[in-house]
Amino acid sequence: MLLGGVILLASFVYLGILFAIAYYGDKRADAGRSIIANPVIYSLSLAVYATSWTFYGSIGRAAVNGVGFLPIYLGPTLMCALWWVVLRKMIRISKVHRITSIADFIAARYGKSALLGGLVTVIAVVGIIPYIALQLKAVSASFEILLQYPEVVMPPKGRAVALWRDTALYIALLLAAFTVLFGTRHLEATERHEGMVAAIAVESIVKLLAFLAAGIFVTFVVYDGFGDLFGRAAQLERTAPLMKFGDAAGASWTSLVLLSMMAILFLPRQFQVSVVENVNEGHVAKAIWLFPAYMLAINIFVLPITLAGLMHFPDGRIDADTFLLTLPMAHGQEALALFVFIGGLSAATGMVIVETIALSTMICNDLVMPVLLRWRALALVRRADLTGLLLTIRRGAIVVLMMLGYAYYRVAGEAYALVSLGLVSFAAVAQFAPAMLGGMYWKQGTRNGALVGLTLGFAVWGYTLLLPALAKSGWLPISLVDDGPLGIERLKPLALFGLAGLDDISHALFWSMLANVGGYVAVSMLGRQGIGERAQAQLFVDVFTRSDHAARPWRGSASVQEMMALIARFLGSARAGEAFAGYARQRGWTSAAEIQPDAELVCFSENLLAGAIGASSARVMVASVVKEEPLGMDEVLNILDEASQVLAYSHQLEQKSRELEAATAELRAANARLQELDRMKDDFISTVSHELRTPLTSIRAMSETLQAKPGMDEARRRQFISIIVKESERLTRLINQMLDLARLESGGADWHSAEVDLGELIEDAVSTTAALLRENAITLTVDLPPHPPMLRSDRDRLLQVLLNLISNAAKFCPRDGGRITIGLHVRPDVVQVDVSDNGVGIDAADQALIFEKFRQVGDTLTGKPQGTGLGLPISRQIVEHLGGKLWVVSAPGRGATFSFTLPLEAQAGPASVPAAHKTTSPS
Amino acid sequence: MTKTVLIADDEPNIVISLEFLLQEAGYEVLVARDGQEALEILNRRVPDLILLDVMLPRVSGFDVCQHIRAHPDWRGMRVIMLSAKGRDAEVSKGLELGADAYVTKPFAIKDLMAEVARQLGDPPSLP
Repeated sequence: MLLGGVILLASFVYLGILFAIAYYGDKRADAGRSIIANPVIYSLSLAVYATSWTFYGSIGRAAVNGVGFLPIYLGPTLMCALWWVVLRKMIRISKVHRITSIADFIAARYGKSALLGGLVTVIAVVGIIPYIALQLKAVSASFEILLQYPEVVMPPKGRAVALWRDTALYIALLLAAFTVLFGTRHLEATERHEGMVAAIAVESIVKLLAFLAAGIFVTFVVYDGFGDLFGRAAQLERTAPLMKFGDAAGASWTSLVLLSMMAILFLPRQFQVSVVENVNEGHVAKAIWLFPAYMLAINIFVLPITLAGLMHFPDGRIDADTFLLTLPMAHGQEALALFVFIGGLSAATGMVIVETIALSTMICNDLVMPVLLRWRALALVRRADLTGLLLTIRRGAIVVLMMLGYAYYRVAGEAYALVSLGLVSFAAVAQFAPAMLGGMYWKQGTRNGALVGLTLGFAVWGYTLLLPALAKSGWLPISLVDDGPLGIERLKPLALFGLAGLDDISHALFWSMLANVGGYVAVSMLGRQGIGERAQAQLFVDVFTRSDHAARPWRGSASVQEMMALIARFLGSARAGEAFAGYARQRGWTSAAEIQPDAELVCFSENLLAGAIGASSARVMVASVVKEEPLGMDEVLNILDEASQVLAYSHQLEQKSRELEAATAELRAANARLQELDRMKDDFISTVSHELRTPLTSIRAMSETLQAKPGMDEARRRQFISIIVKESERLTRLINQMLDLARLESGGADWHSAEVDLGELIEDAVSTTAALLRENAITLTVDLPPHPPMLRSDRDRLLQVLLNLISNAAKFCPRDGGRITIGLHVRPDVVQVDVSDNGVGIDAADQALIFEKFRQVGDTLTGKPQGTGLGLPISRQIVEHLGGKLWVVSAPGRGATFSFTLPLEAQAGPASVPAAHKTTSPS
Repeated sequence: MTKTVLIADDEPNIVISLEFLLQEAGYEVLVARDGQEALEILNRRVPDLILLDVMLPRVSGFDVCQHIRAHPDWRGMRVIMLSAKGRDAEVSKGLELGADAYVTKPFAIKDLMAEVARQLGDPPSLP
């Protein structure tokens, strides 16, 4: 009899060895010299897929279905072909986004949704509990059996065993303690557990070796090889049919293959070892063929052992599940039996450790922490050290999971064979497929779609698988299964809507997938994505095409110190310091003190934290430090609006500055003009004063001389006096004309509009100048048309012009034979008056000069012109004001003709508005 | 010996009064109506004093003055400038060019005759 003590000792020694390996592995990892950076180790770690289900359950299933145990292993083998595409993408995404679990993956993909993460966690936990129960059942059963050695008897079934006598309970507690020690010594920023991976790889080797050993023994020792074994089996009625593929194919196989294909990806422990623990994407290449090879190796002897067992224990007393153990026992192979037990233990512990660690991570990061963080009463955000809290949560989760597993084992474990328990879990994790695969390949997949799909799928799974399991164990009325709820046949859990004829699993798979995929696709297509979601979708689906992972646009302020302090709270100040130093180095700064707080730093910090507490919780923590304002579409539009406003404003500013420049240039020009006018004014004033002083000088000199020389003779006296008189007149004239000109130029002159008869006007002028003309013997000719036109104009001013022109002409006529002609011509729109003389003419240079103020050219009467030099400027002013032009045509020696025109139509402007020029004030 | 005075001015009425006064004072009077004429007269006969109006046609009074001062033979000639422009700038310009005196119009005949007398070293002709 094998003492229980021996078994226990062997078990503890084995577990101790595992622990040592794990410890060593972690130590080497910390030192940076990883022992698991090896594709073989990676592939072996993937073999955690083979649990005590493989060890015992396959044989049990083969005993019933023959090769029907195979699909569970065909699935993963087929999936391996796709691994290079699918698994690699998952690994890449997870590395880039620091994803630590399936819940994290799904939550991150759909906009870092904590709700989704929580839902996935719940489904995973509920789904895996049967699987854990399976392990407990296997280990406890195998322990019990081995305890009976050399007798081969089955352990008592059912709840007959009292709680404190139940081996399974102690095993559960033991495994819980072991896992707590194993996996939760400290928080890892990356959630990598190198030591655990090393231990799992070793376990894979151990269980393979154990199975092979038993298989070799049975096949080559008990029998004479495969041929002998199969030959004998074919002869027996019991075993013959098992070797055929007969009714093997069909819906059952299809659904099993599909299920296992999804299981190899989405079982939490598989995700943990294949994605999270992966150190090098390239390892996947080796795993693609190493893993199927392992599968093959471990399954080679399943059928032989089944057949041998059936042949050895024909009466069915011994559960086929136990053949691997009981066969060696039956043949007296103590050591081999112990080895097989250890192998089974290995398979079970491997599964339990990895699965519960993965689940506890999910529970902590995606279920408990989000709730605690949002529970304001706890004010978790402000607690200084959260490492302890996180570890406690995880350890608690592990214990709770084990206990739940045990509870399920006690409640429903007996009703089903091992395999069935496992398949229930497979069907549960299959619910993640649409959300995950859709998330990786379909950008349109929305959060709400995933929520709906997962919820529906999970609900259907629970209804079609979990519920019947509980009913068959007696916890729920069996009528629920047989007749449907409330007697509604259509809603029978095992034949929904009349879909009968399928085995439970296929049936459940069909309906749950239908609901899941349908809900996911429909809601995604009907809904819209938020900004964060859309960004995440793109990041996930395009992970191979994008080389960066820039943060989405954000607004906020952050300080590097605060960020580091936050990270330190979770990872410890040493690791936080290292991480930030590395970040700074990457950017080309010498130390973390130089880091610029920007969107990239926020992204980096979030990723860093996500490794410890999950993406959604990391967001909450970083957001609390950063005082970020989350951007919705409105806000992005606002930012764009602001940007375009700023652009418009800067355009305006440019324009204003240009206008300012133009105005300045104008001002400068105006100033120059003003200065020139000032100079001109100065010149004008000096000229005017000069002009005034000249006659004054004569007057004064003459007057004083008369005074000083009373003895002057009469003739001379008379001459002087007349000069005085003349000069006074001249002075007066000058002053008057200057004032007149000033008024005309400034617009302050009075204008009177009346009907003017030009012919009569000319006659008037002629008669006024008659005396002057007679004096100088000048003949005057007037050339008028028969009916001279009437004009609306200022009569006095026109007379002034005529008088000026006539007197000028008179001055320039020769002493003898002077002739003046006045002509009047009517044209369509103007009337023209010409005053011609036959004097010396004016040369071209002087023609412009004479219209300037105070300028005169020589005439024949006196050496020095006696005029004021203002006549023509005044005349021109008058004529132009009345809407006409005044000019001269002349050549030296050929006389001169002064002409002016006047418009026939009354001008709308100045001429008809008498006081138009009076006002100059701006009001 | 009778001293000669040249009057260079284009205003006839001023010339008339000055001519009269100078002749009354016992000087021989020459008249030029413009700058060019003045220079021609100077070439023929060098007066003892010239009453030089600044605003002369053809050749301005300033130029005539410069000529006079450049000419070695005429150094002894006195130049009195007459002008309606009395600004300091004009006065200094005239004096710099070598005029012996600068009188602004309108002037008091007493002052002008006194200046003439002083320049020629004679007693004033008007009380």
